[in-house]
This record gives sequence, structure tokens and C-alpha cells, in this order.
Amino acid sequence: MSNNVKAKREPLFHIVKREDLKIGYKIMIYAIAIVVSLFLGGIMSSLASKGDPFSFFVSLIDGCFGSSRKLWVFLQQMALILSVSMALVPAFKMKFWNLGGNGQILIGGLAAIACMFYMGGKADDGVIVLVAVIASALAGAIWALIPALCKAFFNTNESLLTLMLNYIASGLVTFFLAVWVKSGSGVLEPIKYGNLPELGNPYILIILFGALITALMFVYLRYSKHGYELSVVGDSPNTARYIGVNVKMVVIRTMILSGAICGLVGLLLTSGMSHTIGVKTAQNMGFTAIMTTWLGNCNPLMIIATSSLVTFVTKGMEQVRMDFGLTNDSIANLIIGLVYFFIIACAFFIQYKVVFNIKLKKAVKATADNTVVASTEETSTEIEENEEEVK
Amino acid sequence: MVQLLQSAIRFSAVFLFGCTGEILTEKSGHLNLGIPGIMCGGTAGGCLGVALYMASLSDPSKPDYFALVMIGILMAFLFASILGGIYALLTVSLKCNQNITGLALTTFGTGFAQFIMDNFVERGNFSVASTYIAQGFPFAQKLGWFGDIFFSHGILVYLAIIIALVVSFFLKRSKIGLGLRAVGENPGAADAVGIKVDKYKYISILVGSGIAGLGGFFYVMDYAQGMYDSYATIEAFGWLAIALVIFTLWRPNLAIIGSIVFGILYVLPYFVGGDSSTRSALIKLIPYVVTVLVLLVISITGSKKAQPPSALGLTYFREER
Repeated sequence: MSNNVKAKREPLFHIVKREDLKIGYKIMIYAIAIVVSLFLGGIMSSLASKGDPFSFFVSLIDGCFGSSRKLWVFLQQMALILSVSMALVPAFKMKFWNLGGNGQILIGGLAAIACMFYMGGKADDGVIVLVAVIASALAGAIWALIPALCKAFFNTNESLLTLMLNYIASGLVTFFLAVWVKSGSGVLEPIKYGNLPELGNPYILIILFGALITALMFVYLRYSKHGYELSVVGDSPNTARYIGVNVKMVVIRTMILSGAICGLVGLLLTSGMSHTIGVKTAQNMGFTAIMTTWLGNCNPLMIIATSSLVTFVTKGMEQVRMDFGLTNDSIANLIIGLVYFFIIACAFFIQYKVVFNIKLKKAVKATADNTVVASTEETSTEIEENEEEVK
Repeated sequence: MVQLLQSAIRFSAVFLFGCTGEILTEKSGHLNLGIPGIMCGGTAGGCLGVALYMASLSDPSKPDYFALVMIGILMAFLFASILGGIYALLTVSLKCNQNITGLALTTFGTGFAQFIMDNFVERGNFSVASTYIAQGFPFAQKLGWFGDIFFSHGILVYLAIIIALVVSFFLKRSKIGLGLRAVGENPGAADAVGIKVDKYKYISILVGSGIAGLGGFFYVMDYAQGMYDSYATIEAFGWLAIALVIFTLWRPNLAIIGSIVFGILYVLPYFVGGDSSTRSALIKLIPYVVTVLVLLVISITGSKKAQPPSALGLTYFREER
């Protein structure tokens, strides 16, 4: 026995799951991560353009809040990301990896543009808008229904399936552009008919939509029976079955909701903003929203924070690019990626803690010939370490 | 027809590198959605290596073939592995969510690659370097169409096939490969029989990423003849490579054929004349549609031989059983 203890080398540290951490500490960990990552980003930008890191931060803030127009654009962008995140929240809470936000947005936008293209000039604008709203929500819902049905009945891997559907959606957009644009350039001129109405300025409608969806989703998840059911399905499908929840039904229902919201975002992006469509119309929001939703811990209130952070960095970086004379969005992607990494890593420090075994090692060495003592020592040092951690 | 097959086989190497790398990674139970970013990173690394090497020569029109290829491959592998290392650190050691980390890595990797390409890579000598890297066997022309199809490609195409075969053999026939598959199927059980789960995961992610990175390097230096416009092209290949992993049922030897099929589908629009814009749009859809169908069929039939590794996407924490 004693030989065994000697021969086995103790690792330097081991990892323990943490009990609930105080909210103050959590915020502190996140704040440190964000500041450090942005600081690194500042250094990189200044390396690329020979500017100084301080003006990086000035540009970053200026890009979002520098003028009233920039502020409106910031809020609009944030509302869009927030809406897509809200579409993903119920799916993610159900542990359904909907990576298909991009595709659902695109297909919704495509449906809206199709309505505008075929009905434009022939029907009243109000009618077109109404049909486009229904069509885009329906299209998004169908695009999400496909993986939902496959998951429910055949247990297909939904993350791979939704990922593929993204590209099929963008392929369909290319196809329809080729059909619609006779010149073959693949660029559709903005359509004048059936645009969404502007409320005062072009931004308010989208911002209101974002706020409304967030509020509704918050209530839906927290106070409705549906919201409760889907979180049970996410935590343990067996428990859900035991208490009489129809798991397949919940999966399908939730994904229809998720897809429909994404489809509506597609409507906003096309009929409400660009009045045309291209493969990049979704602006990769499906993926961005995956990040904001996950980093926001699937909690609508926290997602407001994460999506404003991501929007802040994205919009701010556009300004940095202009001010620093950078030619493309490479540095923006680089820095956003960096911010993601740091925030992702935060989850580890919140969920787990590292317990160092240095003390333990000594204890084991000293009592190597007495295993019983060593083992009790081990537990006691661990408790000591735990107490230190808590303090 | 010969031309179609020739460019399809040549092109297939892009997918084959990416796919083999991703298969190796997925066999350890890690769904690495960062492959597109990693392929971009590999491109940047390889191009940086080539650019530095070409700049160091007194006469850049006559580089040494062996040194050029080796530097490119090593640098591509190294850069891609570094990006893979970030992923491994976050998902294996820090137990972060794999999908999220992968997507973040794609964002980061594309930005990183473009950053390197714009600021540090002098692309002046790339067309010269590319003719060297893409040169086929000297006897290819004597063999007519047969030579054109099979022997006219650059060294990297053959490297891709060799790597795929080696990985296939390694996974199926070697003891370490068996261990690796065990880690992907049931890390708890693998740990219990004394396999060092984290070490296996790290190595498979690092090597897999490195292999995938060669795909991007190959595309720019061989297929595109030294032209590089933006990361977006290579990113798209990365997603196709992930699709190909499903299409080939997680088998690197099937991936050789699968990547040629994808290669044919990719180059087909350029060979089909007539009213091409609608038709080429439809042809470009086929790889994804076929992948979806394969995914459906394997999940419906539930065939045990064709399933993803069962611990794919799950984080392994030793103290939680």
C-alpha cells in the first residue's frame, strides 16, 4: 500500500466543481476578461496601423455613441442581435443546438422579398406587408421545423443538420437571385413596393420589435407552462416524459417559435432595411446570436448585456477601422474572436475552481508510510483550500 | 471530361485535408466548428512561410523546390495547430462548450488570417512559388489522359491522400487509434482502463487542426495559383469539409472518394455551359443537400457502423460520473 502512494505522482493541481458563486464575483470576472481582451485588441490594432492603444478606445466608444445617428444605428443593430438571440433562447434552453439562425433569417428574408417581388405594383402596399409578415414567419418556421422533426423522430444530430440548412438557404438565395435578376449580375435592385413603414426614423421599428420580443420571451420562459416544459426537456428528457410532457411535441413547438422569430428578423433586414437580399443579408447574426445567447447563460436579461457588448465591439471596430485606416474587417473579427474567447473562458472560472496540491504533496510525502494518515490529511487540506477559496 | 476529373481531383485535396483533420478531431469526441477558421489560419501560416522564404532568396525566380514545399507545409501546420491549441485549451482543459468555442475560433481565425496576410505577407513572388508547388510528375504528360488525371497534380494532392490513408489505418488498426476511438465513444470508460483522456484529446485536436490547415494553404498556393482575395472563400471550404465528414461517415478512406465527389460538384458549374447562373446555383447546393440526406439516412437506419462518436460534443469532467 505504502509503495503505491509513493509511486503515484500527485498532479500539481486538480479541478473541482464550484458551488454557486456570488454575483459580485461573477461580474468582476467578466469585467476583467472584457477589459483584458479589449486591451489586447487595442495593442493589436495599433500594431497594425501604428496608432496608439489609447485612441483605440476613444474610437471604439466614438463609433457607438459619437453622434445621434451612430447611437440609433447601435441600438438598431443591438435590437436585431437581441431578437435573434431571443429566437435561440428557447431552443438552447431545451438543449437543442439551433446553429441555423443564419439560414432561418435568410429564408425569412427570401420569403419577404419574394412577396415584394411578385406582388409589388399589383397589390396594395399594406396587403403586401401583411402577406410578407406571414410568409417570412412561416418560412423561418418551416426551416426550423425540418431539423426539429428529424430530431424528434429520428434523433438526428441537430447541430450538424441546422448548419447544413444554413448553406442550403444561402444557395436558394443565390438561385432565386439568378432567376429574378435577368442581367445575371446576381444583385437585386432595392424593391420599392411593400416596404415596412417607417415610424419617425428608419430605426425605431426594429428597436421596438427587439424590445417587444425580449419582453415577450422573458415572460414566456419564466411564467408560461410552455417555458417550464421546455426547460424540463432541456434538463432531463426522461423526467419530462415521466411527468407527462410530450417531448417530441415540445421540441417541434419550440423550434417553430424559434424559426418564426428568425424569419421575422429576416423580414426586418430585407423589407425593413435593405429592400433587397443577398447571401450576406443575415450578416452572420445567427452565429453572433449563438454567442450572445450562450454567453448570456440563456437568460434574457443577461443576453441584453451580452448583445450590447458584442454590438459595441462590432460597431466600435467599424469606427476604429476608419480612424486607423485599416482596409478590411480582419482586425474586427480578430478582436471580436478574442473577446469571445475570454468570455467563454470565464465560464470555467465560474463553474470550476482550481485547487493546488502543493500542500497536499508535502503531506503525502511526510506520511508516505502511513496511508491512513495521508488520506485524512488529504481531506483536511482540501477543506482548508476550499475555505481559502471562499474567502 | 478529362479536364473535369483532373481539376476535380486537384480540388478535392482542399476538402480532403479539412475533412481528415476534422475526422481525427471528432474521433476524440470534439466537434470542432473552428475548422473554417483553422483552415484560414493554415493559409496565413503557409503563405507567411513561403513569403519569408522567397524574400530571403537572392534570386526569387529559382527557389529550391524541397525547401519551399517543406517550409510552406510546416508553417501551415504550425499556425493551424496553434489555433487548434486555443480550441483544445478552452474545450479540454477549461471545459468550455465546444460549439461556442468552435464558432468563436472561426471568427477569430478568419480575422487572424486576414490580419497576417495583409500586414506581414509580401505576395509579390507567389505566382512563381505556386508554379513550383503545383508542378506534377515530369512523366505525366507522356501518359496522355491517364497522366493528366492521376499524375499531373502538385505534391500536396498526394500528401492529402497519403495522410487520409495513414489516418484511416491509424484509427482502425493501431492500438493508439483504438484508444482514441474509445475516448470519443466513452471517455469515462477509456479513463478507467488507463488511457490519458486529456492527452489523447489534445494530440488529436492539434494534429487534426494542423492537417486541416494544409487545406487552406493548398488552395491558395496550388489551386488558386498564388492568388488570395479574402478569407471568405476558404471559410466556405471549411464548412464544406465539416459537411464532408458526415457525408463520409467519419471514415478517412471514404473521404478520399467523398472529397473527389465534392470536388466534381464544386468545379462542375465551370464546365457546364449555357444558362449557367441558375444551374450553377443549383449544382452548388447539391453537396449540402446530399449531406443532409446522408445525415437523415444514418439517423433513421441507426446503423451502428455509421454513427458519429457517441461522446461527440460532450465535455468530459473526470470528477463527474
